[in-house]
Amino acid sequence: MAMLARVRSAAVLGLQAYGVDVEVDVAAGLPAFAIVGLPDAAVQEAKERVRAAIRNGHYELPPRKITINLAPADVRKAGPAFDLAMAIGILAATGQIRPCNLDGTMLLGELSLDGGLRAVTGTLAIAMAARDRGGAIIVPERNAPEAALVEGVAVYPATSLAQVVEHIEGRALITPFQRPPASGTAPEAGEHDFSEVRGQGHARRAMEIAAAGGHNVLLIGPPGSGKTMLARCLPTILPPLTWDEAIEVARIYSVAGLLPGGTGPMRTRPFRSPHHTTSTAAMVGGGAGARPGEITLAHRGVLFLDELPEFHRDVLEVLRQPLEDRVVTVARAQLTVTFPAAFMLVGAMNPCPCGYRGDDGATCLCTPSQVARYLSRLSGPLLDRIDLHVEVPRVLPADLTSAPAGESSAAIRDRVQRARATQQARFGGTLSCNAEMTPRHLRRQCRLGEDEKAFLRGAIARLGLSARAYHRMLRLARTIADLEGSDGIIVAHLAEAIQYRVFDRMQRLRG
Amino acid sequence: MGSKAGLGRGPRAEVAIRELTLADTAYPAALRTIPDPPSPLYVRGALRDEDRTAVAIVGSRRASAYGLAVAEWLGRELASCGVTVVSGLARGIDAAAHRGALQGGGRTIAVMGCGVDVIYPPEHRRLMAEIIEAGAVVSEFPPGTPPLRHQFPRRNRLISGLTLGVVVVEGREQSGAVITADHALDQGREVFAVPGGIFDETSRAPHRLLQQGARLVARVEDILEELGLAALRPPTGAAPAAALAGIEAAVYAQLSLRPQHPDALALRCRLSVAEVNRALSVLEVRGLARAFPGQRYVRATVEG
Repeated sequence: MAMLARVRSAAVLGLQAYGVDVEVDVAAGLPAFAIVGLPDAAVQEAKERVRAAIRNGHYELPPRKITINLAPADVRKAGPAFDLAMAIGILAATGQIRPCNLDGTMLLGELSLDGGLRAVTGTLAIAMAARDRGGAIIVPERNAPEAALVEGVAVYPATSLAQVVEHIEGRALITPFQRPPASGTAPEAGEHDFSEVRGQGHARRAMEIAAAGGHNVLLIGPPGSGKTMLARCLPTILPPLTWDEAIEVARIYSVAGLLPGGTGPMRTRPFRSPHHTTSTAAMVGGGAGARPGEITLAHRGVLFLDELPEFHRDVLEVLRQPLEDRVVTVARAQLTVTFPAAFMLVGAMNPCPCGYRGDDGATCLCTPSQVARYLSRLSGPLLDRIDLHVEVPRVLPADLTSAPAGESSAAIRDRVQRARATQQARFGGTLSCNAEMTPRHLRRQCRLGEDEKAFLRGAIARLGLSARAYHRMLRLARTIADLEGSDGIIVAHLAEAIQYRVFDRMQRLRG
Repeated sequence: MGSKAGLGRGPRAEVAIRELTLADTAYPAALRTIPDPPSPLYVRGALRDEDRTAVAIVGSRRASAYGLAVAEWLGRELASCGVTVVSGLARGIDAAAHRGALQGGGRTIAVMGCGVDVIYPPEHRRLMAEIIEAGAVVSEFPPGTPPLRHQFPRRNRLISGLTLGVVVVEGREQSGAVITADHALDQGREVFAVPGGIFDETSRAPHRLLQQGARLVARVEDILEELGLAALRPPTGAAPAAALAGIEAAVYAQLSLRPQHPDALALRCRLSVAEVNRALSVLEVRGLARAFPGQRYVRATVEG
C-alpha cells in the first residue's frame, strides 16, 4: 500500500499563477488530519469538505495520521481550490485508487459535501501556468470555458470527484473541452447606446474626442444632467477589445471571481463605477490576499468616479501614480504585486455644493467661498491628468421630447477607430494614443504655424489660460485633428480644444 | 462678508494714499451734499471733475449669470458714454460692473468697506489695480482697517452718495443693495432697478423697489434720460462684428445678453457643436463673447 502521494495543483498570487504540489502522507499513529504549508482558514476547512466528499463517494478515510503539505511551504495558500487535489491525494496515498494518467495534470476545484465540484476563481491564470508546464488541467465544469481560452493546454471539465477518479484511473476518460470558435469582433449591443442620449451635443462631442485620443474626462453639471448616462455610453464608442486584450481582461475578472459564466471573453470594454465611500485598498487593490482593485478591474476600460470631490482625498491621491504609469504596485508585508491599470478616468461632479451653479432653471444658493472650497477638493496634480473638462447642462423635459435622437454608438465608434488607427501609425507602437504624449512627443508631433501660435498667445492673454494648460490643449487639438483626418493642427482645432479646459479658467467657474 | 478677523491681515501694499478732508477743494462735491460726509476720505488713484456724472451699479455677491451679464453690459455702456461707474468691488454684481466699465474704456470708482490698501476680496487684486489705473479706490476707513461685517452697510451710503443714481441689478429680499437704495432715497438720488424673472430669488430686491416706484431699466437710455444725460447717447459706431464672416458671424448674431450654452446656439445656428465651439473660442479671444459659469456665452462688444 502506497503511503505517499503527490498531486499537482496551483494557486494565484496577484494575477500570476504558480504551481502547488499537494503531498499527502498516510502513516500509522493516532487518527489525525493536518494541513501544513501556510494554509488560511478556507484551506483548513477543506478537511471537513474532503472528509465528507470522500465518504459520500463511497470511499474510506482510514483512521490514520494524515499529513498534507502544500509546497512551496513558504507562500500563504488561500481558498478552497485545493480540495480536489487533496481528496485525490488521500485516495491515492491510501491505495484506494491507482492513478495512471495524472502526470503533469493540475487538479483544481472546490468539493461540495456530496462529492460534486464547485467553480473556483483564477482558473484562466492557472490554465496559463498549466500551459507553460506543457500539461493538462482538470477543472470544475463551469470554469472550463475560461480555461479553454488558453491555447495549448488540455482542459478536462469535471462535475464530481467520482468522475475525476474514473478519468485518472483510465476507465472513463473525460472529453477535453473544445473552445467554440471566436465570435465576431463587434461588441455585443449592451443596454447603453449614444442614440439614447438626447440633446447634449457638446457633451457627446467631448466624449467622442475623449474616446478617440484616450483622454481622461471630467463632467461638470447639475444633478439630472445625465453625466452618468454619458459615462456609461463611453465604452460603447471605444474600439472593441482585441483578442489579446480580452484575454488580459478575462484573466483579471477570473482572479476576482467576477467572470460571467458562458462562452467567450467579454469584448466590450469594462466599466467600473465604485461608490465614493470606496477605500484605498478597494480602489487600487491589496488586502491580505492582494486582490485586484477597481482600477485593475477597469483595465482596458473606463473607471467612472461619480461625485468626484466626495471621494476621500487619499483615495484620489493614490490614483495619480497609476494614471501616469498604467500599472499599480501593491506592497504588503508578505508580498509585492503589480497589477495592470490602463484605464480611462471619467469623473463627474456638480459645479458647486448645491449643484445648480450656471443652471438656467434653478437658482444657486452657494456663496463664492463655498464654491471655491468645493472646487479646491480636487488637487492640482489630479486635474493635471484630466485633459477634458466638460460642462454638461441640465436637459429640460421640453428639450428631451423635442431634441432629435442622437447618432448611434456604432457610427461614432467608426470615427474613433479611424482616429486611433491614425495615432497607431504615427507612434509606431511606442504609444497607444494621444493622451500618452509627453511634452517631448508634443514638440515633435504638434508643430504649430504662425497663425496658430498667435491665436494661442491671444487665448492665454485674454482668457487667463495657465501655461500648464498649454500641453493639454495641444494634446486635445491633436486628437481633434486626427478625428478630421488632418495632418496639421490649425486654429480651428485649438479653438475647439479651449472649450474643454474649464478648470484653467477658475474665474469663469467661480463667476 | 468680512466676519473673519484674519482677513484684515491680508495682503497690504506700500502705496500712495491721499487723504481728502472737507476742506480740500478736491473733495468730491457730491459727498458734501449727504448728511454725514466722511472726513477724511482716503483715496488711491485719482478723483476727477467728470466723476460728478456717476452712476452706481450694485447687487448681490451671489448673482445669476443673467445678473452678471447685465451688470457688465450696463457698466460697459455707461462707461463708454462717459459716465463714471461706482460700485463696491465685492464679488458678483459689483465686480462685473467694474469690469464692464474698464472694458468700456471709462472711469470707475470702488468704494471699500475696509482700508484702501487692503485687498478684499483677495481674488480681486488685479481688478483693484486696474480700477486704480482707470479711476479710484476710496474709503472712509483708515488704511489697514480689516473688512469687518458692520462696516459694509456704512460704506454703502458713500456708494450712493458719490452718484446721481443707483441701479440695483440683483439682490435678495434683505440684501446690501436694498440698503444702498435706501441711502440713495435719503440722499435724494435716483433709484433704478433691473427686472428679472418673477420666480428668481435673486430678483426679489429689484422687483420690490420697482413696486415702490423705482425706475425700470431695460436700456441704458432709461438711465441717461432720467438723469438728464440724454445727450450722452451710447456711441453707435461701426459694430466690431463687421469684421466677422462665415460661421463666426452667424454665431455672433445669435449671441445676446441672455447666457446661452453651445448646444442651444448650435440648434439656433443649425451648425454642429464643434463648429460653434470653435467660433465661440475665436470670438472670446477677440473679446466679442464672454463665458459665464455652465459654459454659457453672452455677447460682448468691445474689441481690443
